[in-house]
Amino acid sequence: MEFEIPSELRYAESHEWADDRSETVRVGISDFAQDELGDIVFVDLPSEGEGVGEGEEFGVLESIKAVSDIYTPVAGTIVATNEDVIDNPELVNEDPYGSGWLVEVEPEGELDHLLDASEYQEMI
Amino acid sequence: MTSRKPPLYQIHQRAGADFTDFGGWEMPVTFDSISTEHDAVRETAGCFDISHMSEVVVRGPDAAALTNRLTTNDVNKLDPGDAQYSCVLNDEGVILDDIVVYRYPDRDGYLFVPNAGHGAQMAARWEDRASALDLDVTVEDQSEGTGMIAVQGPDAVEAVESATADAVGDLSRFTAQRTEIDDVSCLVARTGYTGEDGYEIVLPAADSETVWAAFDGIQPCGLGARDTLRLEAGLLLSGQDFDLDTEPRTPLEAGLGFVVDFEKPSFVGKDALLELRENGVDERIVGLRIEERAIARQGYSITDGDDEIGHVTSGTMSPTFEVPLALGYVDTEYAAEGTQLGIEVRNRVVDATVVDQRFLNTLEADA
Repeated sequence: MEFEIPSELRYAESHEWADDRSETVRVGISDFAQDELGDIVFVDLPSEGEGVGEGEEFGVLESIKAVSDIYTPVAGTIVATNEDVIDNPELVNEDPYGSGWLVEVEPEGELDHLLDASEYQEMI
Repeated sequence: MTSRKPPLYQIHQRAGADFTDFGGWEMPVTFDSISTEHDAVRETAGCFDISHMSEVVVRGPDAAALTNRLTTNDVNKLDPGDAQYSCVLNDEGVILDDIVVYRYPDRDGYLFVPNAGHGAQMAARWEDRASALDLDVTVEDQSEGTGMIAVQGPDAVEAVESATADAVGDLSRFTAQRTEIDDVSCLVARTGYTGEDGYEIVLPAADSETVWAAFDGIQPCGLGARDTLRLEAGLLLSGQDFDLDTEPRTPLEAGLGFVVDFEKPSFVGKDALLELRENGVDERIVGLRIEERAIARQGYSITDGDDEIGHVTSGTMSPTFEVPLALGYVDTEYAAEGTQLGIEVRNRVVDATVVDQRFLNTLEADA
């Protein structure tokens, strides 16, 4: 199966993506990850203002099939959460890189450890 | 042990299915998505490859007598073409498997359908008992050479009738007839595992592609949707809601008392069940509606607020009602409908209410 892997994003081995093209880093899960989980029915996200360490779990995605923790690809402070996905968890399935984004982090660390699109493609 | 692949494996693979191991078979778990497939069955129709199910054929003058000894329901009530849901117990009254017994419409003998991976064990059980009682029967595990396809949903009648050589729309629930689909001789039964109207079709495994192709255009469904559909209907899953090793349960605990015919002179497990009926069961299965945003999954603890009083055996997010539902065993004092309980979901306790486990009927009535 072909999965969408936008080349402008960075990826964690735990299948989150990070968009570092602006001040804050937007985070979501990859097309591959949403497909693996299947129908996502609940999304638990942290509160704004919470600090998160790199690789720490910050929320939970629950699909009909499975429960999956989500990990922050970058350390920092949560500055925004996507309220739309809490009410409409299927957005994560439908548009994982767009309206299905999860949180925005004001980064304190680097993103150098993350994979680029071709490295992530290799991995999956 | 490597999994066996169903005859339609490559067809499913080409259709983009994801697979899972189930009872020793590598079966499709999803074709599109659980919700898409689930909704198709509730609203129109869906077809399922269920060739992982086992098939055992019992023939001979003592076929009925033997099967009656080894199952809880009354086989003598079956006229040719009739089917019945039943349980196979051990001497302690614990369920080894739940089965559907069919009396052939067009020939002598019985076909019964145990769950995936149970065919050989059940056939051996029948054979052992036959020789112990000196009964005149032949028992054949035909699981390898037999396929099964289910077509379920409000439009299933139309879909199946358009494929069969004979009309099957007048078949009553739990009856079967023999007919052809594209010249393949099939047993077509008005049975299912989804809570919807529909059919289960028993066919030679070698002809699986022909019969599956007759339902081209109907939404193919995997085991994922089969699980959400059966759970909404309050139907139990062998190996999960009861299991000899991991969840040993009698039919009385599992809410399957309706398939136990205590009028029968004897059947394996009867004495144990009589005693249990006399003394009452300590735990029983209940339906649970979870009142918060969390899915209660197999093994999660059920509490009365302080102590653990049971555990979940099956749980999912109901695609039809969009609330999380579960089945679980609780101490009988907590089994009354309306009882408020808690379920430990990861690091917290969520509220749950005991409801009729036939969610599909009762929640619809609420709406």
